[in-house]
This record gives sequence, C-alpha cells and structure tokens, in this order.
Amino acid sequence: MRSLIGAKQQKWLLLAPALTVLALISFVPFVQTLWLSFSDSEISALPTVVSFIGLENYIYALTDPDFIDSLGRTLYFTFVSVGAEVILGVAVALLLNQQFKGRTLMRALIILPWAIPTIVNAVTWRLIYNPEYGALNSLLMQLGIIGEYQSWLGNPDVAMNMVILADVWKNFPLVAYVALAALQTVPMDMLNAARLEGANAWRRFFKITLPWIIGPLLVIIVLRSVEAFRVFDIIYVMTRGGPANQTKTASFYVYQEYFSYLRSGSGSSYAIIVALISIILIFGYYKAAKRQNGSL
Amino acid sequence: MKLKKIALTSAAFALASVMHTTALAETTLKALFMSQAAYSETDVKSMTAAFEKSNPDVKVNLEFVPYDALHSKIVAASGAGSQGYDVVLFDVIWPAEFAKRGFLLDVSDRIPSDYSEQIFQGAWTTVEYAGKRYGMPWILDTKYLFYNKEMLSKAGISNPPKTWDEMLQQSKIIKDKGIVKYPMVWNWSQSEGMICDYTTIMSSMGGEFFVDGKPAFNTGGAVRALEYMRGSLDDGLSNPSSREFSEEDVRRVFSNGEAAFALNWTYMNALANDPKESKIAGKVGIAPAPGSAGISTASAVNGSMGLGIPSGSAHPDEAWAFISHLTKQGTQEQFSKLSLPIWKKSYTVPAVTNGQQDLVAAAKESIAVMYPRPLVKSYAEISDILQLRIHEVLLGKNDAQSALDAASKKVARIR
Repeated sequence: MRSLIGAKQQKWLLLAPALTVLALISFVPFVQTLWLSFSDSEISALPTVVSFIGLENYIYALTDPDFIDSLGRTLYFTFVSVGAEVILGVAVALLLNQQFKGRTLMRALIILPWAIPTIVNAVTWRLIYNPEYGALNSLLMQLGIIGEYQSWLGNPDVAMNMVILADVWKNFPLVAYVALAALQTVPMDMLNAARLEGANAWRRFFKITLPWIIGPLLVIIVLRSVEAFRVFDIIYVMTRGGPANQTKTASFYVYQEYFSYLRSGSGSSYAIIVALISIILIFGYYKAAKRQNGSL
Repeated sequence: MKLKKIALTSAAFALASVMHTTALAETTLKALFMSQAAYSETDVKSMTAAFEKSNPDVKVNLEFVPYDALHSKIVAASGAGSQGYDVVLFDVIWPAEFAKRGFLLDVSDRIPSDYSEQIFQGAWTTVEYAGKRYGMPWILDTKYLFYNKEMLSKAGISNPPKTWDEMLQQSKIIKDKGIVKYPMVWNWSQSEGMICDYTTIMSSMGGEFFVDGKPAFNTGGAVRALEYMRGSLDDGLSNPSSREFSEEDVRRVFSNGEAAFALNWTYMNALANDPKESKIAGKVGIAPAPGSAGISTASAVNGSMGLGIPSGSAHPDEAWAFISHLTKQGTQEQFSKLSLPIWKKSYTVPAVTNGQQDLVAAAKESIAVMYPRPLVKSYAEISDILQLRIHEVLLGKNDAQSALDAASKKVARIR
C-alpha cells in the first residue's frame, strides 16, 4: 500500500503533537525569560515601559561578589552531594544484588527516602539537627562523640555539609535503583571466569562490573547534577540560605531578585546564568561518557 | 397626601434594597493572613465568623501562611487580578514598595477623618506612604523585654534592667550564680526578626539607618549596637543557638525556663503565662526594652501590620467592610490578649487591661518610642544586606565596623 504522504512528512506529522507541547511549555517560556534578561522589566501592577538594556543585568550579576561566591557554593553542593549519592547508591545496589533472605522487602524499603516529598524531608532533618532537642545531638552525646549539644545548621562551617547529608539521604535510592537495574545485566559468566582466574572482588568490580554499568550511571549522574545545581527547596526549608549566606545557592539569587526585589529582568538573567552552567555540566559529562565508550 | 407618603416610603425601600445589594451583594472574599505571632488563627476565625453573621451575603475564605511567605504571596497574586486576594495582611516595611508598584488600593478616602486622632501615630506609619493610606493598621506591635521573675529574685535582683548595660550585668550575676546557663535568648537567625532586635538596640544607642538618604548604619550607635550583640555572645551571656532561633524558638526556650531575659512580640505575654504552653506561667515579667544611659530610657521597634485591598480585587467595598470589622475598637478590645488595639482609648478599657496590666503599662511606654525601619522602596534588599553582615558578626566571622562598612558599600550598589 502506498502512503499518501512521504516518509519525511510523516515523521514530522507524528512529531508535531510532542513538538507543540514542548514549544508551549518549554520553548516559549525560555524565549520570554531570555528576552526579559536583557530588559529592565520589574513586577508591578501599574502600566510600565520595559526597555532593552543589553548586557547590563548580566554585568550586574557577574560583578556581584556574593553571587560569584554562591556559584562556588552551588558547585560544591553539586559535586559533593552527587558524588556521595553515587558511591552510596552503587554500594547499596551491590548489596541488594546479592542473594539473601528478605531481599525483596529490602529493595522495596530502600526507595522510601526518595518517595518522601523534599519539603517533608527537609523539615524532618531540621528537627533531627535541632540544637536543643534534635535526635542527632542526643545520639552523638550518648555515644560520647560530642561533649555538648551542637548547633548544626547555625554553624557556618558545617551547615552546608549538614544540608548535603539530608539531600544525599533523600536522593541516593534513585542512584541505587538505576545501578541495581544495570547490575542485573552484568554477565555472570564473565565474573565467574574472572574469579577462576584469581581476580579479587575489588578487581572484578573495577574491571568488569563498573565499566558495564557506567553508561546508565552517567545518565543518572547527569540528571542528578542538573537537579542538584538548581537546588532551592531543601535549602529554603532548612536554612533559608543562612547562617551568614553559607548555604545560599545560585537559585536563591534568582528567587531573591525575582520575588523579593521584584526585578523580573535581572532575576531572569540570574536564571539564564544558572541554566547555562547546568548545560556546561551536561556537556562535560557527555564528553566523559564518550571517552569512556571509546576506551571500551 | 397619603398616596405621596406611600410612594415616598416605597421609593425609600426600593433605594434601600438597591443600596443593600450593591453594598453586600453575594460575594466570597479571599483573605490572606499569617500564622505567626500576634492574633492566632483561632482569633481570626472567630472575628471572621462574627463578620459573616452580621453580613450573611459575604463569605470569607481565610488563608494562613508563615510570615516569610506573606510578601511573595501578595506579589505573586497581584498577577492574578480579580482571581487574587481581596484582603491582605502586610508588614510595616512594605507600603513604600507596594504603593510604588500599585499592588494596594489607596483607601485614604474610605477612612473616617476622626480616626486620625483616635489611633496611635505609630500604627498609621504602618499603612502610609507619601501622604496616602494603603490600608488600616491592625496589629500594633513591638518587641518587649520579658524576664523570669523567679530567676531575678533568686539572683537578688529587684528590678528588671533599665539599660542594655544593666541587662548585661544582671545576666552575669544570674550566670555566675548558676541559675541558668545562658540568661539571654534572642531571635537572631538570618531573618527580619534579627533586624527588629538590632533596630531596637540601635535606636536606643542613638544609631540611625540613613541620614539624608546616605547609609549611616556604619557609624556611632549603630555600630555599638552590633558590638553589644556580639559581646553578649562572646561573654556566654546570650544563648549561642539564638543565631538560628525564630520568634517561636525564643518563646519555647523562655517558656521552658531556660532563659532569664528574652525580647519578643506581644503575643508571648499571654502564651508564656498559659500553663498549657509554659512551665513558668505566673513568673513572667514584661517591661519596655531597655534604653541607654544618657540617650534613651526605653526602646522599641515598629513591628506593626496593616490590612489592605489588593488593586486587582473585584470586591473592594465588601473587602473594606471586612477590614473595618477586624480593625474596629470593639473587635480589637475583644481579642486583646495576643495583640493590643490600635485605638488610644482602648488602653483604659477593663476588657483590655484586666489580667494584663503589666503589658498595657509597658505598651504605653514602648508605643511612644517605636522606631521605624527604613521606609523605602528597596527595603527588602537593604534588609537582606544587613541580615548577612550582622549575621557574619554574630557568628564571629567579621567585626562590627568592617561588616557594616561592607553593608553600606553594597547598599550603594542597589539599583
């Protein structure tokens, strides 16, 4: 049977619904944000004239030392939290891949932290860290590790790491699940052969298992990194950027410029900067992935 | 003749019914309040129920959010036009910004002229910008000095401190006698609450935020105030966790009997004296925040809030009727335990003074010295900058002078 339209047209016809939705929910707002970022637009209920001001917003943002500091902090948050999630996630996946009683139950339970809404998770951890009656203080005190109750989220030197801990607890199950799925594709005969040849567990993991699961892992690393770089909710609930801005991430500046200071133009330029850095991160990972595949 | 009379009466009736429908057409108002300090949710619900009873055609949907979400909610809803709120609660620091951006209706003409005299000037400041009024003041509030009478008498102290220095000396006695580990507790998390404490102390030491539109908070009393705050932490007299405490944390610590002195809003008086909420009920003293020798006898920050009508509201008349009900003398006197009335006359009315004579006495003194935070369009930004630098000093990361100099530099950069 002969098609009424050519293969090329058919392809576009089939793609059209998806493209339309994508254009409406993603492309239009993006172009609008991009335009705003070059304007002096402000949130106001009065009629205002919006004018094009070129790169002024970007210059303002990038010459603000506090914002530059926040970019560094956000990168720190991203690398440490995603790094810890990957190590913990893979380790847990390896355990869950073993044969033991109650494995199915454990596999189901491990997803719980990830299923909890971020806001609930953040509030829970804030209670755990509470300087007066928090569970962490009580635990460390009883173990004899600390002599007196500590103010975990009030100490500028440790606050960020405490937020990262809460974030890792919530997000490592996602990495564990992806890793677990990937682990089930590792060929057993290859591992058995290596064992017969005398390769120890470390060697088998780094030479066979890891290269085998690195593809899916990279995908989840990219997803988590982009998510982590625009982190806002967990910090808004746990510390609001304090103490002394030590947990104030780049997204916080977007929120602040836009909704606190009502400068939609300037706020948009902060948003575009955050988006650009996320894109650079993604490209970095893809390059790494390509190199990895080449060496295989 | 008779016919004429009937015609007139029926005309009057017709007119009355027309007026009735325009004034109180069947409407649902959306109102935004906060659930933090001042009137409780229960109070606001009872006031609203009374309003709905006398205006059966008007229903009010109440929404309660934390103080920190209030500003964003009002701003975001302004884009929703008539789908947004009809009544909003706003803070004393926002009218400049809201007026310049047209978020609130100018209600100057709706306010009866004799109100101007009957309501405290400090309350009016809450709703005024450039000679116009953008709502009715509702919560007349400031931070008071609360003290634990039992701890003071144990330490052999007969009167609460009159100056900030005296408060340090008394705290030292209390600490040295082992009565409590940290005698003072504050709301010094990186937040607006911390700025309120700073404003209180700073104003008593003769400091100013701006002089002739130029930052002055890095000079004189404003620097000394911050040094005072830092010093109280260094000496172990202020609870170190103050640096992450909100108003509610301060209330909890004070009510648990873990502090001798605390600065907090009016609402803590009733709650710290409530045996269900507090271990120190009946032992709570209240006084105006101290002054500074040779400069002031007491200090206070203007922490009032008002009720306004967003410019997009489709029911401004009904909204105004609701606001009038909430702010009228009768309503305010009925609910005067968690927030004191804006009406001067109320302060001699038994319904207000009974059982809280100390609070009313302190209020009379404090209201007279209420100091405003800067009434400028970019206040939110100025406050954020100060919050960061003040917090740095409190955390021992910077000294008062260089931190406030840095803040002044950053404020100059505001567009």
